[in-house]
Amino acid sequence: MVGYTAIVLQVGAVVAGAPLLTGLMRQTRARLEGRAGAGVLQPWRDVRKLLRKEPITPVGTGPAFRWAPPLLVATSLVLAVLVPLVSTDTPVRARADLILVVSLLALGTLALALAGLDTGTAFGGMGASREMTIAALVEPTILVAVFALSIPAGSTNLPVIVAGAADQPARLTSPAGLLAIAALAVAVLAESGRLPVDNPSTHLELTMVHEAMVLEYAGPDLALVEFGAQLRLTVLLGLLASLFAPWGIATGASLTAVLLALLLVVLKVMVLGMALAAAEVFWAKLRLFRVPELLAGSFLLALLAVTASYFLGAEGGGAR
Amino acid sequence: MGLLRKIRDTGRVAEPAPPRPEGEQLSATQEFGGSVQVRCVDAGSCNGCEIEIAGAFNPVYDAERYGARLVASPRHADVALVTGPVTRNMAEPLRRTVAAMPEPRLVVAVGDCAINCGEFAGGYGVEGAVCDVVPVDLAVPGCPPRPDEIVAALRRVTGR
Amino acid sequence: MSLIPAALATATALGVAGVPAGLILPQRVRGALVGSLTAGVGVAGGTAGVAALGGGRFSASAPGLLPLAGAHFAVDALSGLFMAVAGAVVAAVAVYGIGYVAGHGSHGLGSRGAQAVLPLFALTLLLVPAAAAVSTFLLLWELMALTSLLLVLAEHRARPAVREAAVWYAVMTHLGLVLLLAGLSVYAAQAGGETFAALRSGSGAMSPTVRGLVFVLTATAFTSKAGLVPLHAWLPRAHPEAPSAVSALMSAAMVNLGVYGLVRVGFDLLGGGPAWWWLLVMAMGGLSAVYGILQAAMASDLKRLLAYSTSENMGLVVLGVGAAGLFAHAGDKALAGLVLAAALLHVVNHSAFKSLLFGAAGSVLRATGERNLDLLGGLRARMPITAGLFALGALGAVALPPGNGFVSEWLLLQSMIHGLAVPGVTTAIVLPLAVAVIALSAGLAAAVFVKALGVGFFARPRTAQAAAAQESPLLMLAGMALLAALCTALALVPGLLGDGLDRAVAAVGFAGMHPVSGGGLRVRLDEVSASLSPLWVVVALTVALGAVTAATRWASRRQRRRMNARLWDCGGGAPTPRMAYTATSFAEPLQRVFDDVLAPEQDVDVTPVRESAYLVERVAFRNRVPDRIEHRLYRPVLDFLAAAGQSARRLAGGSVHAYLGYGFFGLVALLVVLVVGW
Repeated sequence: MVGYTAIVLQVGAVVAGAPLLTGLMRQTRARLEGRAGAGVLQPWRDVRKLLRKEPITPVGTGPAFRWAPPLLVATSLVLAVLVPLVSTDTPVRARADLILVVSLLALGTLALALAGLDTGTAFGGMGASREMTIAALVEPTILVAVFALSIPAGSTNLPVIVAGAADQPARLTSPAGLLAIAALAVAVLAESGRLPVDNPSTHLELTMVHEAMVLEYAGPDLALVEFGAQLRLTVLLGLLASLFAPWGIATGASLTAVLLALLLVVLKVMVLGMALAAAEVFWAKLRLFRVPELLAGSFLLALLAVTASYFLGAEGGGAR
Repeated sequence: MGLLRKIRDTGRVAEPAPPRPEGEQLSATQEFGGSVQVRCVDAGSCNGCEIEIAGAFNPVYDAERYGARLVASPRHADVALVTGPVTRNMAEPLRRTVAAMPEPRLVVAVGDCAINCGEFAGGYGVEGAVCDVVPVDLAVPGCPPRPDEIVAALRRVTGR
Repeated sequence: MSLIPAALATATALGVAGVPAGLILPQRVRGALVGSLTAGVGVAGGTAGVAALGGGRFSASAPGLLPLAGAHFAVDALSGLFMAVAGAVVAAVAVYGIGYVAGHGSHGLGSRGAQAVLPLFALTLLLVPAAAAVSTFLLLWELMALTSLLLVLAEHRARPAVREAAVWYAVMTHLGLVLLLAGLSVYAAQAGGETFAALRSGSGAMSPTVRGLVFVLTATAFTSKAGLVPLHAWLPRAHPEAPSAVSALMSAAMVNLGVYGLVRVGFDLLGGGPAWWWLLVMAMGGLSAVYGILQAAMASDLKRLLAYSTSENMGLVVLGVGAAGLFAHAGDKALAGLVLAAALLHVVNHSAFKSLLFGAAGSVLRATGERNLDLLGGLRARMPITAGLFALGALGAVALPPGNGFVSEWLLLQSMIHGLAVPGVTTAIVLPLAVAVIALSAGLAAAVFVKALGVGFFARPRTAQAAAAQESPLLMLAGMALLAALCTALALVPGLLGDGLDRAVAAVGFAGMHPVSGGGLRVRLDEVSASLSPLWVVVALTVALGAVTAATRWASRRQRRRMNARLWDCGGGAPTPRMAYTATSFAEPLQRVFDDVLAPEQDVDVTPVRESAYLVERVAFRNRVPDRIEHRLYRPVLDFLAAAGQSARRLAGGSVHAYLGYGFFGLVALLVVLVVGW
């Protein structure tokens, strides 16, 4: 019973909080840039207004264009159910495999890329091409980082990894843990389309990656695309928080622990979001053909994490 | 770290918000509910109004705090901010841009040229004012209009 | 069990009956009858395979059937797996083939020669896994090669490229045969018998050098058949030029037999070996996986793209097989069994989605006459069923949930990740690299199939042929639908194979992990605590999709959807289909990122006007991504052979005295050697 409550609370927090997180990040950037900003609730006003606008299906587009935004949001919702943000003892704990999580993220990206190609415009194709190139290059980093994380835990099952890290904090401060954090942080930036890989607020088509695919969307479809992107960012930051700062997560069947964990994860994700927004003030977007170098660097970090995990004999790893 | 120090020393640049502009409420404002996406269309201007629009969105005037945001495509937009007299070559693109916007949508003519061709009235390349090509809902007179006047017009649309 | 021999006999009878049927029957009924016979071969062979997977075993020897050595057959669970896969693919593709040749006259696949040979090819695909002696195996292997060569040549009148492709295929497959013959002959000579039973028992007594030699020879031959680098050059030539039904059979049933041979000889007959064998195999597999998918990313020809994707998937399978050998050598048989099970599951999944993809490609080719993605587009409106089926196959190929490729790739990754439990520095270095290779190839595969589906089927048609496409005839769609059903079943209920997979792995001496269990709906690895439920994922996604759609419809209930909006083209002018991204432009960022590996060649040809060199009349731009391995590896060998041939011509001077002299001195030398050596 408590497990189901945890899931409901988790999904509710993610759904309600994703636009708020984006709003918070925009406010942080605004304040650092000396502006007043539109307020934390602005993304919710955007979504509400977009839902009330006229839906448009341009001539020449097809089912891929129509169904990509709902599919994107659906994959993000399934992820919000799977990723253990609030409790590791939920009814879906046996199904929350980290490789599955990574693959569902890739499915969302793929759906949007197909939608971009379905428009038949040059922008859509360009965005799809760039997005798939980056997604292809980020896969090795993510999976090898998953490998590094699963060595001390003995499994790729997310609740097991998170619970293990909560029990033994030394895993996270070991060289392997720190390297894995760095690698996954870069991978999260690439997956969620933030600076320095992609600028989500650019108007120059030549610099667009994600934006170019969605130039054709309007009204409720656009609301779903924006909401889906916000959900993905929230889930990814929540995943980072669970993996690398799991303290406070509920491991048993106690309602108070679950509520406390909810509060803590909201706080952690807020801190991560604000830190990311502050960092973005200092970063410029990388040239498109510099991004593979960044991703190769993060891949190297992930590989080093695995090697360190094995050779430096961290918790349970090494010769067993 | 120089940038960090500069941020700390500069502090807040945005001027305090002036009082809400007067004027009858536009019917679309209720629908928008405080969130308006803006697409700028240069139909043939001298760029003076563009610079003032850029000024309206800069940290000093900060039009974003009232809920207005610039977007990259008319499909994402609610308001088309049209500047300049409409030249012959830009007449059809302007119509198509406004047609691409989903309902409810507004067209705001910024600057004297957009309202009545201003300096360029009668020129051989000029098709007409914006209202000759697409229906205009709001006008911001001036050559160029000051950023706070542009912000006031946007505030009438967002209602904040 | 008497089911297996009965099924095999039926299959043989139907297959052999197909030869005269194809030669004699008139064109009106030829396609349908031969297709039905081939489908019968597939069903019968598949039944035998399924029975073997269910626990049946069979062995028989017919001493009189073949001269000198007789014929020996044995079917165990491992052969059963490959027979079942081949049978299913053959049956579906045969149905597809009937529709393919109908109405296309007596050219190409519908001609007498091709139709006569098709049932025979299908039969060999089913019998090779059942062979249990060196001579039987080699005979069936060569028969398979010859029949497939004739089928590749089926459309030779239509395009000159077919002949060149057939020459490459013939030379390379026979090169493989020579290596195989050499390896197996040495093995049989050293082991003292040519039946697999004799080879199995005699392998222990052989010296490590001889075992190594046998393994290297046979592994090279088998990996060449599977389409792995470095001997892969036949695959991207033969598969596109063959008729699509044949390409489907080759890619989804024939290349599997390379893997079968590797597993059979490496694990069952030789009984495993030192680590360097398996590292070599893993290197070939990993290199093929990455190189194959990179070349697929660069290919604009749809069938060439699919052929290179076969190379990639077989690379992943062989990577798993190598890892199994490595784990077995280190002593962890349970983990070896797990990773071998993953590799075999991937073989099954790959056969299902690859044959579906080739079927759809053939459908497109038949409807438009085009294979080049840059000239297609907009087919989802004209050929919705084919487009949907291609999308289903592509979902399996990109190894993402809820496709069937995801299940086997997940299992492969899990076994690699848990392989770190095996002690040793080798595994600690090799396994993360293997995971990285699998991940990179999966990521690139996603890009490749987004390109194939998005550029080829979505948006608007780029040429008149694409605009004039019609949906394929019913039988072709039926064949593809059978394969689609197979893909779906494998995606949702992987437990269908569960016990059979365990038995196949046990047949080569590994046992233990029982990966696919849990009521057939879950893949659960109890010992290493990882589990995946594909059905749950599909249900969850469907529920979420429904919820989102319902919520959005309710929220925007007051608005009506505008369906006639013009595409946003920046207002400038009507967007033509030529403005859409092509396959080449889609792949350009990847080409730039990997240009050290791919070494693309660019050619700019400027033709100035005759009167003045400053005015340009025509500019021609050519961009090619050559096969670099082929260039680096084959060109020197071919040049050496040409040079050797040239110098050997001096021997054939035309003088009769010289020829008589060669004969005499050759005989004298042979006699001396015999006297001295014996």
